[in-house]
Amino acid sequence: MKDSKIRGADIVVRSLIAEQANIIFGYPGGAIMPVYDALYDYHDQVRHVLTRHEQGAIHAAQGYARVSGKVGVCIATSGPGATNLITGLADAQIDSTPLVCITGQVAAHLLGTDAFQETDILGMSMSCTKWNIQVRRVEDIAPAIAKGFYIAKSGRPGPVLIDITKNAQVDFGDFNYIKCEGFRSYKTQIPVEKSAIQEAAFLINMAERPYLLFGQGVILGKAEQELKAFLEKSGIPAASTLLGSGALSQDHPNYVGKLGMHGNYAPNVLTNHCDVLIAVGMRFDDRVTGDLKRYAKQAKIIHLELDPAEIDKIVKCEVAVLGNSKESLSLLKEAVNQKSHPEWMARFRELEEEENTVVINNDLKPIKAGLTMGEVIHQINHYKADDAVLVTDVGQHQMIAWRYFNYKKTRTQVTSGGLGTMGFALPAALGAQLHDYSKQVICVVGDGGIQMTIQELGTIMQTKAPVKIVLLNNNFLGMVRQWQQMFFEKRYSFTELDNPDFIKIAEAYSIKAQKVTERADLKEAIEDMFIHDGPFFLEVVVEKEDNVFPMIATGCSVEEIRLS
Amino acid sequence: MKRYTVFVITENFIGILNRITIIFTRRGINIDALTASESRIEGIHRVTIEVTASEETVIQLVNQIEKIIDVIKAFHHEDDSVVYQEIALYKIPVSRLDGGLEKIIRQHNAKIIAAEPEFVVLELTGHKDQTQRLLEILKEYDLLEFARSGRVAVAKRMLTIDDIVK
Repeated sequence: MKDSKIRGADIVVRSLIAEQANIIFGYPGGAIMPVYDALYDYHDQVRHVLTRHEQGAIHAAQGYARVSGKVGVCIATSGPGATNLITGLADAQIDSTPLVCITGQVAAHLLGTDAFQETDILGMSMSCTKWNIQVRRVEDIAPAIAKGFYIAKSGRPGPVLIDITKNAQVDFGDFNYIKCEGFRSYKTQIPVEKSAIQEAAFLINMAERPYLLFGQGVILGKAEQELKAFLEKSGIPAASTLLGSGALSQDHPNYVGKLGMHGNYAPNVLTNHCDVLIAVGMRFDDRVTGDLKRYAKQAKIIHLELDPAEIDKIVKCEVAVLGNSKESLSLLKEAVNQKSHPEWMARFRELEEEENTVVINNDLKPIKAGLTMGEVIHQINHYKADDAVLVTDVGQHQMIAWRYFNYKKTRTQVTSGGLGTMGFALPAALGAQLHDYSKQVICVVGDGGIQMTIQELGTIMQTKAPVKIVLLNNNFLGMVRQWQQMFFEKRYSFTELDNPDFIKIAEAYSIKAQKVTERADLKEAIEDMFIHDGPFFLEVVVEKEDNVFPMIATGCSVEEIRLS
Repeated sequence: MKRYTVFVITENFIGILNRITIIFTRRGINIDALTASESRIEGIHRVTIEVTASEETVIQLVNQIEKIIDVIKAFHHEDDSVVYQEIALYKIPVSRLDGGLEKIIRQHNAKIIAAEPEFVVLELTGHKDQTQRLLEILKEYDLLEFARSGRVAVAKRMLTIDDIVK
């Protein structure tokens, strides 16, 4: 009967194929070599992309997952290969990104003996995965992968790590893939309680100044249409979190802007003036709430949320509506009255005008000589397609790009939100682009962050992924410098950078590159970038010491947001 | 701050205890005592954790514990809604066995469960204040060793493990 049996490594690859994992990001090494050997046989059914670092592989898988809504897959070897995944796992965990990561492990009989490239990745990744497992026997491989995919994508999504010992990869076993459809300890769907909907609708119908905040939960729950329909019926103004951006088109009349430390003026200030606050699929991150003791104290709060552990974690709510946002929003829509709130909406527009005058006009149409990050994004808006994906790194450029990018479609925002991982953008953009070569993927990145994963230019070269890389270079770790200026008496401790010639680096990777230092050249350069067929590297040298405003300084309330 | 008993009903998988304790570690909360055992149903374990914290914190801990994929259910109880016991063992040198000690053993309802040429081992089950009281007394008797278990507990309410697992 030996003939019908296949190697564990083949079971790994065939299980991935059974889960429709079309693309895998990874990096080979000793303990995962049998799986790489199997990949050689199945390269017509599953595409493997060799990144230049395991961190690049996992961020690419994240970028892929975020734009596609599918599970991102990456593979690494044991020891350092596995530990290099940790940052990506933590990032995916806090941003609820579905991933299945497969690591090789030393043979079972060597476990715990400090064998070559042995590391306790199970223990290390326990606190930054939704679930993890070590597989030591060939017969356990397929069930573990099936369970891993199910866990990664169901409920509140998250990263899963499956550690497979080398003996399990080389042993022979039967392959009979059965997809996981649930198990007793894990409930993915909580039916929405009708009474909670009634209570929420009652508060909303009574409200004079209702206000809705939406987060990534709307995107993860595929509830974009339901959100739109609810807003249109209820007439409620709506603001987005960083990761919620794109769930509602910014052109929508109910859209009033962005929340948080560097969000818009009106949405932050008016959080403390609404009478009913409806939070949908968001978790009241401290970057959104500012000082909690002075956050929306006047309002009755309704929290629509899938994850019971998020209820009352940060902000106590009057009504908790547990369940999938798609279901709860559509039920809520039925229960609320058709209404409009013209006066209340006008207050948002008033404050928006103020922000335009004090901040936005200067950012987008500056009169000073130096280029601003804002005007670069503004120019990009003129050329980008409606469904263009914006991938950003972490820092000033991230906040500016988010503030000024014109989000029109869902799943067009890819950034490291919760963890704030510098080095995220370049590999994530690669992953996003490989999901769909025909889509515009714009990677906006700073001169600090790009150097953390700059080696992935090599992967972009090899895959010919037509990513448009826009480096906003201020020769500073800009966000830290801004804080040093504002809160540390301008003591610029280790934030100024002597940078390499980025154009030469890009060109060394055969990527067409251009550098802009003058305003007069910006428009044409951006046009060239979008026209160019293939990857493009655009470096824009921007004002060295610009700051991002508005800003809610640490310890301040949302109402104390500063315009300058 | 109050003392709570947290019950965790869980699949018996490797690493589950680690996953549970991480949730306490992250918040810098000390576990007063912990016991793990099989439940009435094969393959399902129960973990009993004693913790001193505010109710708000305990609720959040319980929610996060329940979020662990292999955990079936977690609850928290105040002391008056659980029936619980702890067991304590006391090792005393034989040379100190006298009439006084005999009286103490009787008064506290303790038992001698082992007698060796050089020492005897006393056992007492009860609540912590009871085993603690005996401990204080036996310190006067050249106590050689002392060990106390975590709490084993059952809830007073009539919800059975079968209802939970289903």
